[in-house]
Amino acid sequence: MSTYSLSEVAASDEPSRTRVVAEKLRGALPAVAGSLAWAAFGASCLAREDVGDWSRTQEVAIAAFAIAALILVGAAGGEYLGRAGTALRKRAPWLIALGLLLSLWELATAKFAWLPLPFFPPPQAIVEVYTDDLPKLLDSVWASIKLQLGGYVIGATLGFVTGVSIGWSTRIGYWVHPVLRFIGPLPATAWLPFAFFTFPSSWSASTFLIALATGFPVTVLTWSGVASVPSSYYDVARTLGAKPSFLVLKVAIPAALPHVFVGLFMGLGASFAVLVVAEMIGVKAGLGWYLQWAQGWAAYSNMYAALFVMSLLCSGAITLLFRVRDHLLVWQKGVVKW
Amino acid sequence: MVAQAIAEPIVYPAIGAAIDIEHVSHAFDIGDTELQVLDDVSLKVRPGEFVVLLGPSGCGKSTLLRLIAGLEPPRAGVLRENDIRIKGPHPSRVVVFQDPTLFPWRSVWNNVALGLEAQGILKTQRHRVDAALDLVGLTDFRNAYPHQLSGGMAQRVALARALVNDPKVLVLDEPLGKLDSLTRIAMQAELVALWQRKGVTTLLVTHDVEEALVLANRIIVLSDRPARIMADIAVARPYPRHRGDPYLADLRRQILGLLGLDVTW
Repeated sequence: MSTYSLSEVAASDEPSRTRVVAEKLRGALPAVAGSLAWAAFGASCLAREDVGDWSRTQEVAIAAFAIAALILVGAAGGEYLGRAGTALRKRAPWLIALGLLLSLWELATAKFAWLPLPFFPPPQAIVEVYTDDLPKLLDSVWASIKLQLGGYVIGATLGFVTGVSIGWSTRIGYWVHPVLRFIGPLPATAWLPFAFFTFPSSWSASTFLIALATGFPVTVLTWSGVASVPSSYYDVARTLGAKPSFLVLKVAIPAALPHVFVGLFMGLGASFAVLVVAEMIGVKAGLGWYLQWAQGWAAYSNMYAALFVMSLLCSGAITLLFRVRDHLLVWQKGVVKW
Repeated sequence: MVAQAIAEPIVYPAIGAAIDIEHVSHAFDIGDTELQVLDDVSLKVRPGEFVVLLGPSGCGKSTLLRLIAGLEPPRAGVLRENDIRIKGPHPSRVVVFQDPTLFPWRSVWNNVALGLEAQGILKTQRHRVDAALDLVGLTDFRNAYPHQLSGGMAQRVALARALVNDPKVLVLDEPLGKLDSLTRIAMQAELVALWQRKGVTTLLVTHDVEEALVLANRIIVLSDRPARIMADIAVARPYPRHRGDPYLADLRRQILGLLGLDVTW
């Protein structure tokens, strides 16, 4: 390239075009680096012989190169891809970090065994679980979802109804409040022995425990939500001709909803813990049982695979709950985004 | 008693109801002690009148409004609307409070629709909500949520929410108390215009003498707690009123005198 004097640069529009191109290249740089990081992961898979016997090493390498290529295409065509392009750019630092981490993991386990085997399996071993043990894993996922959903819905519904009742009626509160205070703070898992000999099946016992773990926070927060509704709301509604049923359904409950969702969120967290414990101890299905089984057979890659799926499910459930909340509480300003 | 006798009867549109307050006393229990807030208050409000209850803050005037609205029963005495004893809240007597108290989870339109919905007649009467919003000039904000409104707009929504029920008595508890002074003056004019158009019996509580003079047919001056009626003053001046009117200035001096503030004049 020939050199320009400053005045020439200012006069022609050629250099400004190169500047635009340079700008574009700089914007695409992180994504290109991300692509390289994933390519490095692929290369690390093929770099030398595995120290153990894993059947999916090649496939993992191919997948890593394919992802690297995809990222590269995305980086090059960033502007033509619209929202997908901008999303890629926003997440480019994460792509770099993930690529490097996977490379390191690959080298530290499959290639040099810096981490003790079999407790720390390489990525291809976990991929192998997903490809070869999928039916069993899916069965477990489905069993967990069924159990969790049933218990959670029962617990949340009962908790909500109880919370509204004691928040609204002092007479119901008189009877329910002491019971709630006495039994509520007990961890639901403490009921485990009781539940497993009282209920006809381990499934119903677990449903009971999950409902219990969900119900307590939902009850308390619904109750506090209903109790903290300003009396002026009731005054307004009453002077406009509202009957008691209207006051409960159209004033107390909507006003208490933000609290109710905090309770539902806390109940969800508590019920996950109970679900896993119940599956590990009593129920012969589900991800908790799968974890226990994998650990028993020293199938550590299966354990990690199940843990990963479990975290996806829990996170997904909370995301779903927050979506519902955001939809119902659009009127609130400044809510936390999950 | 102040010199002005009750003004000559004015003919109002017959929409408003009469309110009779007979020997009403009321008290609150605060701990073990009983706090007397109203002491033998008697007052007859004629249909369609605009009566302002004026008194020092905390004297019990808001309590009197709560009794008229039927939100609480009095400890002694009787309140009547058109000779029928007031036993509880009724949409014919609607209250607008100092805070707009809009329901934050409802849009403006749905807030205004509250009364019709509570009475179970919203389905056939949706046009009334539109009309009320139009009346207060907030049609463009029908889908907004309360947190998106300014103070004056929120109070206009509260007013529309009251008016949509076609009340016979409008009970206003310092509705302009928290607005800035410019919005306040504008809203006072709007209130007068609304009252003249609708002919609703209007009872307004305030501690602002100026506001009372601009709005009222009749000013009831209440004493410090426990509230008694100190004076019943007719304001025989046509609307819209001029704030510099010497007649009003004279009344203002008298009222401030009654409230023990004549030295500051």
